[in-house]
Amino acid sequence: MSFRFLVNGAPAEVDVPGMRRLLDVLREDLGLTGTKEGCGEGECGACSVILDGQVVDACLVPVCQVDGHIVRTVEGLSLAARERGALDALQEAFLARGAAQCGICTPGMLMAARAYLDAGGPADDGSIREAIAGNLCRCTGYTKIVEAIGSVVHVD
Amino acid sequence: MPAEPPIELPGHLFAAYEVLATAAAAGTPVTPIAGGTDLMVAITGELREPPARLLDLSRLDALRGIALEQGALVIGARTTYTELRRSALVREHLPVLVEAAATIGAAQIQNRGTIGGNVANASPAGDTLPILLAADAIVLVGGQRGEREIAAADFFTGYRQTALAPDELILQVRVPLPKGRQVRFRKVGTRRAQAISKVVLALAWRDVGDAGWADVRLALGSVAPTPVRAPATEAVLEGAHPTPEVADRAAEALANELAPIDDVRSTADYRRTVSARVLHRLLREAGGW
Repeated sequence: MSFRFLVNGAPAEVDVPGMRRLLDVLREDLGLTGTKEGCGEGECGACSVILDGQVVDACLVPVCQVDGHIVRTVEGLSLAARERGALDALQEAFLARGAAQCGICTPGMLMAARAYLDAGGPADDGSIREAIAGNLCRCTGYTKIVEAIGSVVHVD
Repeated sequence: MPAEPPIELPGHLFAAYEVLATAAAAGTPVTPIAGGTDLMVAITGELREPPARLLDLSRLDALRGIALEQGALVIGARTTYTELRRSALVREHLPVLVEAAATIGAAQIQNRGTIGGNVANASPAGDTLPILLAADAIVLVGGQRGEREIAAADFFTGYRQTALAPDELILQVRVPLPKGRQVRFRKVGTRRAQAISKVVLALAWRDVGDAGWADVRLALGSVAPTPVRAPATEAVLEGAHPTPEVADRAAEALANELAPIDDVRSTADYRRTVSARVLHRLLREAGGW
């Protein structure tokens, strides 16, 4: 079956089984390996991407349900900023505040945070923690991540 | 890689009915998939046998929307937890469902998981199910043979078994809204976010003044093979006032009435003790003491 959708602003077309996970389509069929697989069962959030403006786990979305929709991955996060040689404000904040250690959770964490900021989420720690409650990090203890996201809420 | 079973992609409800009817007649079941938060885990094959064939519901707009109809809150089967949380209608008429939706998974799950899926999946730990039982909800199902209403209390027939026929689809959940009814919800899990319940409890009643509480419904999840009502405890509360003495008796009745099991998430003892304590606390809050 053939499915067409937008990935990071560019049209994509894949001829794959409809039940293939969006995660596998992104990584294997489209070569976008920024999106990571952690648990593969919707617990860890490492494969978080933005689908029609909402954060989702790409391991839980069959590609047939993405047909005609809009997907944003970590590769697309800095698309607008790249023209001026910069990263997304969130990526800058993660770097500046040491919000990444091993890095496997980082793409998903960035996408969950981006969806939260784009939806106008507030800057308080409680709301930020709820927004990334579906993204597990085994290194940082979350403090630096919450600080980094909070710093962007103020400037965004 | 997980299994990639074949999937049908009907564009409207009657095409979906056709697929279901044909599959049912041939004895080759087809599993409807909405948000995929349960079934996409099932295709990994790690928990149970993956479904052989699926039926995508994502193109069926007839299953969407939230409305008030004849004094009932009508929720389309494909309504997500995020949509429940954001719905002004649900917030006004059944705020307990907003509260429950906020405890289910995190944003990624709430954006995808649906109320119809929670009902169809029929997990004993399904967090909306005790609320549907306590609120006397009705599940509207449909297929080529027509539509029928099934009371939530009759819907869950066994462990992950439902009254849904193989050629039927869940269309709506309808929650009656009797005047003056209160519904409360509590969930106990390992952590506040992203936890599968050890105990989940919903309590509904109407306060009729001197005559005490009427139409008391107490429903629990994760304490039996299906979500269950607790009729012996309801009987203690029916016609009573939420006094400390009544709360003690109700908690004791609940502890005696439940027969939970030990499993990976909790123990029978813990579930029985905590269920009784959570009920006691709800009654204390309701009684204002």
